[in-house]
Amino acid sequence: MSNTHSDTVAFVRDTMLPQQEPPSSSVGAVGWMRTNLFSGWFNTVLTIVSLGFIAFILYEILPWLISPTWDGTSLTNCREILAGLGDESGACWGVIRERWQQLMFGFYPSDLYWRPVLAFLLLLVAIAPLLFADYVSPKLIWFSMLYPFLAAWLLWGGAIWAPIFAILGFVVGFVVFRYGSKVILPALALAAGVVAAILWWTAIGPAIEAPLSAAIPIGIESVQSREFGGFMLSITIGVTAIMCSLPIGIVLALGRQSDLLLVKAICVGFIEFIRGVPLITLLFVASVLLNIFLPPGTNFDIILRVMIMVTLFAAAYMAEVIRGGLAALPKGQYEGADSLGLDYWQAQRLIIMPQALKISIPGIVSTFIGVFKDTTLVSIISMFDPIGLSNAIRADTAWNGVYWELFIFIGAVFFVFCFSMSRYSMYLERKLQTGHR
Amino acid sequence: MTNVPTMDREIDRSQMQVSDEVAIEISNMNKWYGTFHVLRDINLTVNRGERIVIAGPSGSGKSTMIRCINRLEEHQQGKIIVDGTELTNDLKNIDKIRSEVGMCFQHFNLFPHLTILENCTLAPIWVRKVPKKEAEETAMHFLEKVKIPDQAMKYPGQLSGGQQQRVAIARSLCMKPRIMLFDEPTSALDPEMIKEVLDTMIELAEEGMTMLCVTHEMGFARQVANRVIFMDQGQIVEQNEPEEFFNNPKSDRTKLFLSQILGH
Repeated sequence: MSNTHSDTVAFVRDTMLPQQEPPSSSVGAVGWMRTNLFSGWFNTVLTIVSLGFIAFILYEILPWLISPTWDGTSLTNCREILAGLGDESGACWGVIRERWQQLMFGFYPSDLYWRPVLAFLLLLVAIAPLLFADYVSPKLIWFSMLYPFLAAWLLWGGAIWAPIFAILGFVVGFVVFRYGSKVILPALALAAGVVAAILWWTAIGPAIEAPLSAAIPIGIESVQSREFGGFMLSITIGVTAIMCSLPIGIVLALGRQSDLLLVKAICVGFIEFIRGVPLITLLFVASVLLNIFLPPGTNFDIILRVMIMVTLFAAAYMAEVIRGGLAALPKGQYEGADSLGLDYWQAQRLIIMPQALKISIPGIVSTFIGVFKDTTLVSIISMFDPIGLSNAIRADTAWNGVYWELFIFIGAVFFVFCFSMSRYSMYLERKLQTGHR
Repeated sequence: MTNVPTMDREIDRSQMQVSDEVAIEISNMNKWYGTFHVLRDINLTVNRGERIVIAGPSGSGKSTMIRCINRLEEHQQGKIIVDGTELTNDLKNIDKIRSEVGMCFQHFNLFPHLTILENCTLAPIWVRKVPKKEAEETAMHFLEKVKIPDQAMKYPGQLSGGQQQRVAIARSLCMKPRIMLFDEPTSALDPEMIKEVLDTMIELAEEGMTMLCVTHEMGFARQVANRVIFMDQGQIVEQNEPEEFFNNPKSDRTKLFLSQILGH
């Protein structure tokens, strides 16, 4: 109905028009290309130039990448193979074929490779109930809780009693907390539980463990931390830091928003200090300085020290990412929870955190990816992560001068892990989408 | 002042009895935001079964006052006694009062990550420790009462504003509160949806619920309230029965307010 005659001509529609098909040029592949690639002369030119550029890059790089040097036994040998084919340059993939196991496992004894492989496969099982809660039975979470002890035992080996006594420490702490909280304040009971667990790990446990492992020596061959290396090392440090930094980050983020001045000051101080210091400095502290401060003779594993530093570093960043999520939540959500009589921890757990974490997923996963890649920095403190190993491999005269091939391979493996994390976060965001907020 | 909009249904007053029992007692309550004196010397006694509408210009402290009743805002002076329990810093008392006092907000404040049913069962399960099954039955009962049982499995984001506000009312009712607070429940709604929310509130009133409503719906005030309170600059300026309040306002400020809100 046009406006022009609306005062003079009355109009009432008595039949509604049926829906019609859209024009064929706006749907399907043709429609997609018209809107996305060729919408106007400028975009058409851009599309053609970009395609030309991509073709040029591939033309230059592909011949180098696809080079028949998988059987090369040294850099010189590779060059001979290439010269025989009349190619001027090409990648020397022989180094990957010969050294890929080292890049994966470092100097781990080769007859024990099954242990890290098994630990990795079990890792996939352990994280399944956390990542795909819809498809996996929640009972598997028990395995996820046992996994850290199992993995540590598989990787480092030694007597079976060590992981069992480590678990028992948590059990002791929990039991003390559980029964203590019925008698005294929950906060005091928690402190008592922590003290009991530490007492168990440092005094009571070892006292029982020593005669026990002497009497019943069940165990597997132990492997020293300095034999760890390659992606095994990166994954061990990375996964630990990722798994531990999230809960610590949540606690720090909540602490930073706390009304309790002391708690707030501690959290802010920690976050700002850690964020203000480069990771490398923390790693140097872990590798060199801690030994000076610790009592002589204490055997504090280097990988454990690095794990703690990387975890604390990641946790500080995580806290800020989560604080962003908390700040994005409308105040009404807190009030809604309060008005129903939920207490602080219930409100945080049931209302605030699920939403704040959901908002922060992109940031959290970015931090995860960053931490995982930052594990390569341990090469600076002479641990043999893939980057450190690439130097070690070049020290071999046969492979002196091989750079690109090693870095491309290491990069590709890192990419697989990081890209998987990124895709998973997108899946998770879609899954948690519950209509517009 | 005859053109107060009226509701288009008869109201069943058989259950609407005001008892002598005191539900809320506020005496000499003062509150400051920083140095700004938002609430000045508030004295208010609400008996069980009373339906009170609180009106006033924006910034007059009416929302702040009812938010003090369940401690979403803290008062600094005076006394608030709800259901015989005084509001102090004792967290136990605060949580107890909050679980007895239902509240509906202007922006509903439903939990967007939970379904409608989960929104309604959350507090009964965690605060009242009701078994899940029983909580769900109660929730469905109240969702039927607000006429949206078929939306139970949807998320708040998929519902219209009016439906969301009715869910919010149902969510509060699931805690079986003895007092309901409404903070501008219809202000964020399209005109078409205001009526469905008001109808739900009227039904509640008909069942004898003690209600305090901050609202600009003067038709609702006139028909349902047994007392209208007018606030300005953090003080109660005038309170009266609705007929007297609308037809014969005493203070000049009230007259001005009514002429502006009803004049057009």
